[in-house]
Amino acid sequence: MAHATAGTSGQQHPIKLYLVVWAWLFVLSTGSYLVDYFHLHGTLRWSLILLFMILKAGLIVAVFMHMAWERLALMYAILVPPVLVVVFMMLMVFEADYTLFTRERFFAVEPTGAANAPHVPAPM
Amino acid sequence: MGDAAPAGAETATRPVGWRSIVADWGSDQQAFKEVSWGKAMMWIFLLSDTFIFGCFLLSYMTVRMSTTVPWPNPSEVFALQIGGTSLPLILIAIMTFVLISSSGTMAMAVNYGYRRDRAKTAVLMLVTAAFGATFVSMQAFEWTKLIREGVRPWENPWGAAQFGSSFFMITGFHGTHVTIGVIFLIIIARKVWRGDFDSGRKGFFTSRKGRYENVEIMGLYWHFVDLVWVFIFAFFYLW
Repeated sequence: MAHATAGTSGQQHPIKLYLVVWAWLFVLSTGSYLVDYFHLHGTLRWSLILLFMILKAGLIVAVFMHMAWERLALMYAILVPPVLVVVFMMLMVFEADYTLFTRERFFAVEPTGAANAPHVPAPM
Repeated sequence: MGDAAPAGAETATRPVGWRSIVADWGSDQQAFKEVSWGKAMMWIFLLSDTFIFGCFLLSYMTVRMSTTVPWPNPSEVFALQIGGTSLPLILIAIMTFVLISSSGTMAMAVNYGYRRDRAKTAVLMLVTAAFGATFVSMQAFEWTKLIREGVRPWENPWGAAQFGSSFFMITGFHGTHVTIGVIFLIIIARKVWRGDFDSGRKGFFTSRKGRYENVEIMGLYWHFVDLVWVFIFAFFYLW
């Protein structure tokens, strides 16, 4: 898509492209709202939420922020470092699991489990 | 580095693909070609902001995963009674559409800016600012409603206390970003309207001449605010 870059006059693309992306963002947002509206649960809910989120984020960054037309040097400088956030997230998943374990094991008075889980007695 | 817009012709003869990254980052040259210093700095600022919001969402994930108390159901907490029926998350959905629409008008403002269409650019930027102000107002309404219902950073009537602290921290920081964006949109729109980028009038703060690229740099910030909301909507409100 590099053909669209018009040299010194900056990022020049047809208005229609923005309108199409705009429409898609509406469709995807409606999709993620409907996930909640129809009370979808479990893996289906999470995978749909993540799918809609990634598609929306990708459209915004690639087209609205013109990243698709930038050179690789800038693309990688900006898009690779956030991978560290994902690494950090994985570390904190282990940490949170461990904290939960210690709370249940040594301070258990309340039940636990996934969010919105029904009230069940804590196993000993 | 000068104020001149980056030249495009020099990159035509450079290596492509992976080699272009090594070649561009080599010594004694400008790494980000075809990108002015202003745009490169905005991208780097946005990267740092990504880490800030990333850490907020991470700490939210950590407290939600590690609490032994059930998490309040966002679908019910953020439901509104409209015409007797309870609609889950309806206000948040409308806020999402408002922010996406503001991104659309901003993208078109950038486009008309590069076509030197001053009137359309300024009007579209003001429409973007109006959408942003609407978003912040709805957020203020939401905060008021939750505070009246007893949500505090240290407690709430429905479950884990960490819900309140995560909510106020994440949405508060995002709302602040939107507010700052609205202020700057109005400032840049005024400059466009007055023709500062054609006449070469110097900025009141920087004492430097602006270009229509400033509209695009403003747009980068605004789209980023929309981008952060995509993640907040998914992780905080829908999860």
